[in-house]
Amino acid sequence: MSIDTTSSRPASRTPASADHPTVVTIENVSKKFVIRKDNSLKERIVTLGRTGRRNSEEFWALKNVNLTIPAGSTIGLLGPNGSGKSTLLKAIGGIIEPTTGSIKRRGRLAALLELGAGFHPDLTGRENVFLNSAILGMSREETEAKFDDILNFAGIGDFIETQVKFYSSGMYVRLAFAVAIHTDPDVLLVDEVLAVGDEAFQRKCMDKIHEFQEQGRTIILVSHSLGQVQELCDRAVVLAKGEVQFEGSAREAVKNFRDILEDRRVAEATAQGEAKAEITPGKVLSGTVRAEGRAEGEDFRPGDNLIVTMEYSHETPLDRWNAGFKIENNLGQPVYGTSSKFLGITMPPMRGTATVEFRLENVQFGGGAFFLHAFFAEPAGPHIAIKREAARFVMADDPDGEGTVRVSSSMRQIAG
Amino acid sequence: MTTITPRPPRVSEVTLSAAAQAASRYEKLKAEPMEVAGQPTGAFTGFFGTIRDVIAHGRLLDLLIRRDLKSRYKDSALGFLWTLIRPITQLAIYYVILGNILGAARGIDNFAVYVFCGLTVYNLFSDIVAGSTGSIVANAGLIKKVYVPREIYPLASVGSALFNFGIQLVVLLIATVVFGEFPAHLDLLYFFPSALLILIYGLALGLLLSAANVFLRDMGYLVEIVLMLLMWASPIVYAWSTVATRLTGSREWLLHIYTDNPITLAVLGFHRAFWLGGAENDYPADMLLKMGVAGVIGLVLVYVFHRVFSRLQGNFAQEL
Repeated sequence: MSIDTTSSRPASRTPASADHPTVVTIENVSKKFVIRKDNSLKERIVTLGRTGRRNSEEFWALKNVNLTIPAGSTIGLLGPNGSGKSTLLKAIGGIIEPTTGSIKRRGRLAALLELGAGFHPDLTGRENVFLNSAILGMSREETEAKFDDILNFAGIGDFIETQVKFYSSGMYVRLAFAVAIHTDPDVLLVDEVLAVGDEAFQRKCMDKIHEFQEQGRTIILVSHSLGQVQELCDRAVVLAKGEVQFEGSAREAVKNFRDILEDRRVAEATAQGEAKAEITPGKVLSGTVRAEGRAEGEDFRPGDNLIVTMEYSHETPLDRWNAGFKIENNLGQPVYGTSSKFLGITMPPMRGTATVEFRLENVQFGGGAFFLHAFFAEPAGPHIAIKREAARFVMADDPDGEGTVRVSSSMRQIAG
Repeated sequence: MTTITPRPPRVSEVTLSAAAQAASRYEKLKAEPMEVAGQPTGAFTGFFGTIRDVIAHGRLLDLLIRRDLKSRYKDSALGFLWTLIRPITQLAIYYVILGNILGAARGIDNFAVYVFCGLTVYNLFSDIVAGSTGSIVANAGLIKKVYVPREIYPLASVGSALFNFGIQLVVLLIATVVFGEFPAHLDLLYFFPSALLILIYGLALGLLLSAANVFLRDMGYLVEIVLMLLMWASPIVYAWSTVATRLTGSREWLLHIYTDNPITLAVLGFHRAFWLGGAENDYPADMLLKMGVAGVIGLVLVYVFHRVFSRLQGNFAQEL
């Protein structure tokens, strides 16, 4: 057995070449939704005419989307909630019709949208497998030939003879996924369903998706897990408010998407900050993080020395206090934190304002965005004030590993 | 020139066959034409494209009908017997109360068979219409997740209604023997145009109402009421000739409306086929011609209502 040491990470993947036929073309697709507030005949008649229009709202879930998807590629659709990802996926699947523009495609398509891809609750798992595979275009013989494989993959055992209304949501998805991947699709649409199964099953799905990629099948994936998108996709599209914001390599798309989220976070925080009047006499005025020798906005690199600067104010004289901060990654997991109390430093009494600086040497965080929560506290522990997400910084992605920390690793073969 | 795989092979997993598989998949895809996702549109191509599409999904249609039937009586002890119990009860009520207590049976020979003829054919109509009206909403789970031609759902309701109709027909034939004699005469052939007429109109209305019900959930209730009214507006528990003798002179146009509607025609056709008690003046003249005209109009309605259906179906997924 030989091990290919050149990494096969997505970043180094070549984009699908021009040699690959196009499987999906999306031209100028827009989709308008009309939200009506009256749904019964009575209300409709009462509000007929001009007032009726006032009772409905229009909004564009997709605006002028253009995309061409070549065979064999794996495309991730990214975007904040309500940005039109699922709508686009459904339009590709032919489930909803675009208001304007056209979507053309070829090849067999299987879609895994939401839970249970069209199971009937009163039928048994076995009956549903046959029903579902007929929907996906398989003949009875084909289904029978693959039935054992499907059952094996789903791993739900004797439950196959039980009505699916008694299934857990995980079992539902396992069976639906198992059917979908055994229909030999050319194009597979996956909408956020993989998050439901347990870890072992998720792993199995990932392996299957990798296998699909090698077999030249096309996968279009909606996911909120940026890691998953980076792991699986060779291209990604960022949607925002129904428009294509960015299209390019998965890595750049993820970066772009993080920026969108950051903008929104700042906007929300400002709006909230204005609404909330301060009652406590203490305040964290600011918190910043910079890396020595790096320009503003540049990604931090492993080994950088970080300087955390925080400014506090307190209306009344404060004799004993502690300054500190916490750093979390974008999933909200604490990564690092310290304070003057940890470091054994006694802060001089605060009169009005105070500014402190922490120096973090040789920082080895993993790739991704991190947030700084700046606080100051009473000697006994309770926070006087905390400014959550006072600052944000991005560590460059780690080409040699993944996770929240960075470690220099090496390997060799010792047997075989 | 060799085909380039979309990405470098992953660690040790890749085999030559995967790459070859990919290459042959691309070749196959290249040969296929690009098709518009979803329902074929266009006034003419849309209609026949859909028919082709539905035929291609024939196995699914079959499974949906089975599912409909299976899930209807799932977890019930008597199961399919219920399809018999309902019409037989109906028959008993009409026969005993209407026929004998209220006296509607006077002047109608073999009233049981007479009533059951009408009920059988009318139940077919009402099963089709009521079933298809709810069919799109009932299959919301499927419609929101997978694309298949949506006409399949009302069609499946038609299919399961036909199954029930088949069972009732057997009961009807047995009843003719029990209450009299088997209708072994040429008029038995009236069965075909009658059933066909109901099928055509049931399908047309089913398509229209199933789509309308998505946008206005009141449809289901409205349809129930109208179906109840229609039953009494057809000569099921009373004789057509009774109506014919009352609606004369200046009110004759009413008789035309009453007679020339497809349900009345089908009910009369069934009487003619299975009920031996009727004389020539129990039926309107030129029945076959009338049925033919109604049939043609019905086919036009199927086409028109299908156009409406396919206009509306693009929005089903978001309205459900």
